[in-house]
Amino acid sequence: MSFSISLSVNGVTREVALDDPRVTLLDLLRERLHLTGSKKGCDRGQCGACTVLLDGRRVNACLALAVACDGAEVVTIEGLAAQDPSGADGLHPVQAAFIAHDGFQCGFCTPGQIMSAVGLIREGQAGDDPERVREGMSGNLCRCGAYAGITEAVLEAQRVLTAGDAGHEQEDAA
Amino acid sequence: MRYEAPETLDAAVALLAGESGLAKVLAGGTDLLVQLRSGMIEPALVVDIKRIAETRRIQEESGGFRIGAAVSGAEMGEHAGLKAAWPGVVEAVELIGSTQVQGRATAAGNLCNASPAADSVPALVAAGATARIVGPGGSRELPVEAVAAGPGRTSLGRGEIVASLFLPARGAGQGDAYLRFIPRTEMDIAVVGAGVCLTLDGDGRCTRARVALGAVGPRVILAEAAAAALVGTTLDEAALDALAEAASAAATPIDDKRGTADFRRRVAGVLARRTAVIARDRAKGAAA
Repeated sequence: MSFSISLSVNGVTREVALDDPRVTLLDLLRERLHLTGSKKGCDRGQCGACTVLLDGRRVNACLALAVACDGAEVVTIEGLAAQDPSGADGLHPVQAAFIAHDGFQCGFCTPGQIMSAVGLIREGQAGDDPERVREGMSGNLCRCGAYAGITEAVLEAQRVLTAGDAGHEQEDAA
Repeated sequence: MRYEAPETLDAAVALLAGESGLAKVLAGGTDLLVQLRSGMIEPALVVDIKRIAETRRIQEESGGFRIGAAVSGAEMGEHAGLKAAWPGVVEAVELIGSTQVQGRATAAGNLCNASPAADSVPALVAAGATARIVGPGGSRELPVEAVAAGPGRTSLGRGEIVASLFLPARGAGQGDAYLRFIPRTEMDIAVVGAGVCLTLDGDGRCTRARVALGAVGPRVILAEAAAAALVGTTLDEAALDALAEAASAAATPIDDKRGTADFRRRVAGVLARRTAVIARDRAKGAAA
C-alpha cells in the first residue's frame, strides 16, 4: 500500500511517496529528505532528541506517523535560523544562546533541546523561573549533563525574544 | 499494515468492524507508535481518527465539556474554561510524558491504552466522566471506569471506538484534584495515583465524594468506602485519617520494579489524603 503525502518542511513544500505506512516523521526527515539534524535517540518518545515543531507545536518526530502528517507544517533545526536570524552569526537567538552558555557537550541532543526550547518559549509558561524551565525541558535528556548551561541558555533566549516582542509592540504603537 | 484516515465516525466504525485481523485506532499515537515500532503488535489495520472533525473539538455541553477523542493534552491545557472547571483532570493529563508527548497524546487514548497506571484515568473517574462509545450498534455512554477491562484490554466490542469523553457540569462547591507518586519529578509512570472529587455545602460539610486510585490494581479502582469516609464530615483530621485507611484497604497492588505492594498500599492512603485536601481547598474556592 503506497501513499503520496505533501507537507511543508522548513517553508518548502515537499511531495513524498511512501511505500510503507509505518514510516515515522523522524525517518521521513532523516532517511527520505536527508535532514539529519533531528536525531534518533530512543525512538520511543523518552529522550526528545527528535523534537521538531509540527504545526507550531513541539512534538517527538519519532511518535508521529509520516502519513498522518499530510498537509502539516514542520520546522526542524535546519530551518530555524531562517525563521529568525537575529542571533550572533545569523543564528536563531536560541541557537546563539546555547553557544554563549555552553548548553551542550557532545551535541547529540542539542537539536532536540533547541527545538524544544523554541517551543517552550512560544508556550510562554516558564517565565524567568529556572525550575519551570527545567520542568518544561524535562522531555529532553542530555547524557553529558549539560543541564545547567541549557537552563541558562533557555532563560537568556527567552529574555532576548520577549524583549524583541516588546520592541515590536512599541514600534506598532509608534 | 493498512492505514486509513476516514473523515467520519461512521466510516471509522465500518473500517474497524470490517477488519478480520488486528485493528487499532490511532489518535495521538504516543502509545501505539511505541508498540508498533517495538514489534509488540502487528496490526493489519490502523484507523487514524484525527481527520474526523468531531474528535478534534472541545465543546460545551449541558454545562460541562465534551472532549473529542483526538484532542491533545496540550489543547486541553490551553482551554481556559475546561481548566477552571476541572483542574484536577487537566493536571492529570499534563502529567502524561513530556510537553512533546502532550502535543500529541490524548485523554481518550490514555483511557483506551488501559494501563493500570494511566494518569488521566483516576482523575476522570473521580470527576464522574463518561465515554461516548460509537460502534456498529450505534452510540452509548459508558462511565470511564468501565472502559478498561484489565491491563492493556478494554471492554469495547468489535468495531467500537471512544469518540469523546464527557465531563459533567461542575457543581457549586465542587473541587477535584489528582496527585501521583513517582521517585522523580517528571517523565515517569505513576507508582500510585489518586484522584478525588468532592462537593461541600455552605457549612463546609462534604455532601458527595468520589475517590479513584491508579496503579494499585489491574484497573483504576473507584474506592467507594474511601469516598464514604468523607461524606457528612467537614474533612477534619479524623475524616482524612479514615479516608487514608479506607484507600489503603481498597488498594490491591502487586510488587514490581517500581514499588512493593506494601509500599503502594501505604502510599495510596497518604496520596488520597493529600489529594482530598487540595480538592477541599478548591471546593471552598468554588463555594465562595
